[in-house]
Formats: sequence, structure tokens, C-alpha cells
Amino acid sequence: MNFGFNEEQELLRSTARKFFENECSSTVVRGLMEGREGMTPELWKKIAEQGWIGLIYPEEHGGMGLGFVDLVVLLEEMGRAVMPGPFFSTVLLGGLAILEAGSAAQKKEWLPRLATGEARATLAWMEPSAALGPQGIALQATPSGKGHRLSGTKLFVPDAHTADAVVVAARTGGTGESGVSLFLLPTRTPGLEVKLLPTMDQTRKLCEVTLSDVAALSADALLGEAGAGWKPLGRVLDRATVALCAEMCGGAQKVLDMTVEYAKIRQAFGRPIGSYQGVKHRAADMLVDVENSKSITYYAAWAMDEGAVEGPLAVSMAKAYVSDAYRRVSAAGIQLHGGIGFTWEHDLHLYFKRAKGSEFTFGDATYHRERVAQLVNL
Amino acid sequence: MDFTLTPDQQAFRDRVRSWLKDNLPAESSARTRRPTSDIPRPEQYDFMRKWQRRMYEAGFVGLTWPKEAGGQGLSFMEEMILAEEMALSKAPPILNILAIGMAGPTVIAYGTDEQKRRYPPKMLSCEEIWCQGYSEPNAGSDLASLQTRAVKDGEHYVINGQKVWTSLAHIADWMMLLARTDADVPKHKGITYFLLDMKSPGVTVKPLKQLTGDAEFNEVYFDNVRVHESQILGGVNNGWQVGLTTLMYERLALGFGIQVRLRIALDGLVDMARQTKKGGVVATQDPIIRQKLAQLWIDTEAFKYTGARAITKLLRGELPGPEASAGKLMWVEGHQRLQELAMEIQGPYAQLMAGSEWAVADGIWQHTFLRSRANSIEGGTTEIQRNIIGERVLGLPKG
Repeated sequence: MNFGFNEEQELLRSTARKFFENECSSTVVRGLMEGREGMTPELWKKIAEQGWIGLIYPEEHGGMGLGFVDLVVLLEEMGRAVMPGPFFSTVLLGGLAILEAGSAAQKKEWLPRLATGEARATLAWMEPSAALGPQGIALQATPSGKGHRLSGTKLFVPDAHTADAVVVAARTGGTGESGVSLFLLPTRTPGLEVKLLPTMDQTRKLCEVTLSDVAALSADALLGEAGAGWKPLGRVLDRATVALCAEMCGGAQKVLDMTVEYAKIRQAFGRPIGSYQGVKHRAADMLVDVENSKSITYYAAWAMDEGAVEGPLAVSMAKAYVSDAYRRVSAAGIQLHGGIGFTWEHDLHLYFKRAKGSEFTFGDATYHRERVAQLVNL
Repeated sequence: MDFTLTPDQQAFRDRVRSWLKDNLPAESSARTRRPTSDIPRPEQYDFMRKWQRRMYEAGFVGLTWPKEAGGQGLSFMEEMILAEEMALSKAPPILNILAIGMAGPTVIAYGTDEQKRRYPPKMLSCEEIWCQGYSEPNAGSDLASLQTRAVKDGEHYVINGQKVWTSLAHIADWMMLLARTDADVPKHKGITYFLLDMKSPGVTVKPLKQLTGDAEFNEVYFDNVRVHESQILGGVNNGWQVGLTTLMYERLALGFGIQVRLRIALDGLVDMARQTKKGGVVATQDPIIRQKLAQLWIDTEAFKYTGARAITKLLRGELPGPEASAGKLMWVEGHQRLQELAMEIQGPYAQLMAGSEWAVADGIWQHTFLRSRANSIEGGTTEIQRNIIGERVLGLPKG
């Protein structure tokens, strides 16, 4: 047993931390979040040049062929920098769906272009019902000629407004898991409309995607087999959930670091506030939350890499724990900073809002606790 | 990152597993089926002495101790495997836990050749049971304020004073005793660590009845107790350093055990919940109870993996980082919440103690619930643990 990172992973971490400190400072983050795109072409190109977009894609598709644990290291650092932009949606949603469900031709067409930063992709699975299971996929795909025609609304689709392609989960029949199909549609497809939504967390751009009798007629419009889309989609969502947990861990660690730093310097009644137990004890609780979050996320990442049978359980344990922990830690960070922590000028609100958004992405703690209860046969 | 065992570790696990299968006493499951076995209860002592002896003879006590001290010279990994296998098979814990977890490693670290030859083997075989004489009525969290005096008289020291909360003192043969040998220097610098024979004249042990009704702790009084200077461990006035070493080992030893104890308690709780109806519905089907059980399940696993990260650091020869310091806090919070949930599941029946035919599961949860209140006090209060994390891990200034 070895529950630690290897030298290459530690090197990736220090490289990534330095990169984001230089290229994605809080000033840069604020500029990006105010903008519509959430990213600049220059920064996106630099990220691509690091090989990070294709980190987990096989080498034959222009990737680096590394594992999920490696990706976790990188995502922790992105979460630490509270980096905006389409990295997550391209790599873990659109890209991963193509990797999991796509044909050899589809992978060959898309993955190398994603890896170099030429193209971006995302995934539209949630609908206005906000239901998380397969029953939530209700958008109708009606057979038409050799293909289908799609109509309906998808919600909470990250970065659809800057994506070149969107993978749409739709219902081609049946109920529940059977009858869910994945379609790979260029975002400029006629009838497909994207509307950017104002979000609490401005570093995360979410969209409404409306499909009005969209024609998905060509053979390569379907990603995988018709009606068999839930399984690959479930795998994508499980992996994306662990990746999100890693981002959240990085953010929580940064909030703890900022808070401890401040508590050492800020004076009240002639002493640093960190010397008061009311502050010190809350900081200790933050540390427990952060360390447990990392442990359970790393374990889930390992389970993903190994394809372990307990994978889905590990995913839900991680998301349940980390959702609560990041919320608590980011709120405590604001509290321990006092008034300055409530200002727009201080970076804490970026983390607090990211925590809130992440909490409800891919299912909140309540949802995942129930999933844990089911998976352990309570 | 890899959670699989090496072939050697697998072989060790198989050996433990098959030994436990063949050697677990039939009566053990009934004797030890308490959902948490914090500290053995009086009716279990004889049985547990024999059980530790058998484990010792099979080579399963003192795994990480060096061979010359009677140990097995193995790593923390084997220690963890053993703890998990014992939990899985519901094996009784070992009785002489204070000797194995604390006194032994400290004697091995600081003892003279004679001390190292004399004490460790009988700790392992359970021939001599040890207790820990640290806390006093006015020195708990602030341990360095201890007032028990040791005054030099020729080759001897004369001890006067009192200890309290002393587990196992009523059956112990030896005590790790911290006493003040110099009152004129700063309080940390005048303390000496003695190995005290509990049969010495002048030692009086009085059981201390707790709010559970049990008396697992004691008060120990010293009235002109004479100890030869050869019984000093680690040098005169060096007791604070030696005592801290003991506490470091306590935290390490505790780390393996408590993770497993939480798992045993949780399994017991899930079993109880499956057999208990709440408002006409099986408790595990109540959505609120399910949420709380699932959260405990998640916390227990998070705790386990946080422990695994600490062990990985130890195995790499690094010092345990922040993840180790958080262990006690996590365990206490989780276990007390678990015990509260056990009461919530039982509802009004939670009021009934053993002896009532209406009591759930013979009333064992009532005892463990009450006992769990001590968790946040014993072995360093929760407040002290938070201070330690705040100051030594996060680097916040002292108050």
C-alpha cells in the first residue's frame, strides 16, 4: 500500500502551482470572470502547450496518456487558483464523453483538436427538472430518416457559449437507463441556441441550450449506440465528480492558507487574532475538513484509475464529504477574516461562490449520502 | 498511489486471518460483542490475559518492536493489517495495551540495557500489566503542573502525592510515573519519569466510580513510597521529554486502533438499526436516519484514508504531517455522533438499561453512549487537540 504521490506527480504539482501563480493571478481571474468567455485565447494556448488538456487522453489521440490521479494533482492547483474557463467542461465533460462513448473516427476527429486547444467541447445532460438520475434525461430525440430530430431544453451546461461541440444526452425511447442516447452536435447546428446565464459564481459560465427540431441525421451525430448512452454517461459523470472534488480540495486548502496567514498578522486587543482560541479552534476544524476531503478524493481518484468495483461508492463518498467541507471551510474563511472577508475586493468570495456552485454540481451531499446508503445496502 | 498489498503483506494478512479463525475462543464473540470496547471491563480480565498470551506466543504482539526486545521487527503496515483483521473477526483486544502502545516503546527508546532486558518481554506476554501515572487532580490538560513529589533519600526517591483517571491501576503491576524532582526550576524541567512497582508499600489504589456506574479508572495515592534510583527512565529531570515520547507513541498506537474501533461500532450500529423499528418503519428505511448513517459511513472511510496517508509518510521515513494530528479529533467527533445516533434510533427505548426485557440489544448501547462522553476528555481534551493543531500544525501563535 502506498497512499502518496510519486515524484512526477509532485513535480506536476509544483509546476502547475508556479504556472497559475504567474498566469492566473487573482487579477487575471477577476478580468476573466467579468468577461463573457471566461478565458483568453493566449492563456488557453499556454495551458494547451503544457499538455494539460490532453493529460488523460491516450497518446494516439494527441494526449499524454496519464492517469486520473495525475489529473487530480493538476485540478487541485486549478481549484487553488479558482481558474475560470472551459478546461473542466472540455476535458472532463465533452472530451471525456467522446473518449468513453465515441467511435474511433469520432475520437480521431475531436480529441487531438481538443488537446491542442483548437476546439472546445461540453456536455448537456441536466434539464430544467434538475433530476440527477437517468429519469432526468427527457429531451426527446425522434427517429427521422437515418437519424433523429431533437427538441427540448438543457440547463446548467458549462461553457456551451464558447464550445465548438456539445454532447447532448437525449431520450430515444424507453424509461430509466435504457433509451438514453448521446448526440455529438456542433454548436453551430441550425436550431441549437445557446443562452449565457448570470451565475452566482462568475468564474463558472453556465448556459441554457435550446434545441428546436435539431437534425442529427448523419451517422457521426450519434455518440455510441442508440439507447445505450447511460452507461458511458454515468462513467463520465462519476469521473467528472471526482475531478470536481479535487478542484474543491485545492480551493479549500487555499482558503485555509489565506485564513491562517491573516490570523497570524491581524491584531485585536494587542494580540494576533490567531492566538485566541475562538479563532484557533475554528482553523483547526478547517484543517480536519481539508485533510479528510483530500484523503477521500485521492482514494476515489485511485479507484477511477484502477476501475475498482467500489468506484461509484468512492465517488459518492467523496462528493458528499467534500461538498459539505468546502462550504464550511469557505464560510469559516470569511468569518475569521471579519469585515474584510465580506468585501468584493478580497478574494474569499470567489472561493465561497465556487464552493456553493460546486456543491450543487453533479449532486449535493444529500443526494450522494442516499447513493452511499443504497450502494452499501443500508 | 496504490492500495493493494505486496505479496509479503498479503501473506502476513493470510497468516493472521487463518490463525484468528483457528484460535478465536468460542466465548470471545459473546464476551467482546460490545459495539465499542473502549477499555476492558472487570469480568473480562482473566479471559483477556489468556488471550493476549496466546497472541504473543503466535508472534502477534509487539509487531513493530525490535527483535531483541521480544518484538517482531515489522513495519507499521503489518500493525495496521493486524488491527484490521482483528476488527473483522471481532477478536478481543489485547489487555496490556498501555504497555504495548506506550510504556514499551518508551523503555526501548530511553531505557538502560538492564531496563530493556527486564521489562519489555513481560509486557508482551501479559505477565506484567502497566498503567500510566500522568494526570493529577490539578494537572490534566496542563500536565506539566503536576505536584506529586519525589525527594531524593540516598539511593532512593520518596514519592508523595496523588494520580487520578488511572486506567487499569487496580490490576497493574507497574506504573509509568511522572513526579516532580525539582520544584525550583521551570515546571517542565523538574519532572522525572519513574518505573514504579505498584506493590510498593505506600501505594493505595481507589476505584473511581464514573457516570456510567463502572469503575474502570482509579485514584492512586502515594504515601512515602520508596523507589530505587535505578528505576528512573531517561535521567533525572528529563521526565517531560520522556513523557512526551510516550504520548507520541500513544497517538501512533491510537491511530491504528481507533479507526478500526469506529468501523466495529458502525457495523454494530447498522445491525442494530436494521433490527429496530422507528415509528413502525425499520430504522434503516427512515430517510433521515439513512442520511445520518451514510454520513457516519463516509466519515469512517475518510478517517481511514487520512490514516493511510499518515502511514504512507511513516513508511517513507517522513514524520506524520497534519493528517495525523487530526486523527483524535475526527475519531472523537465521529464516535460521539455515532453513539448519539444509536440513542436516536432507539427513541424512547433509549431510556432503558440492561436488565429490562424491553431494552434494545440488552442495553449495551446505553453503556457505550454514556462512556463516549469521556472520549473528548481522555488522552488530551478536544480543546487541547485543537490548540495542538492550531499551534504546531498551522503555526498560529500561542495564547
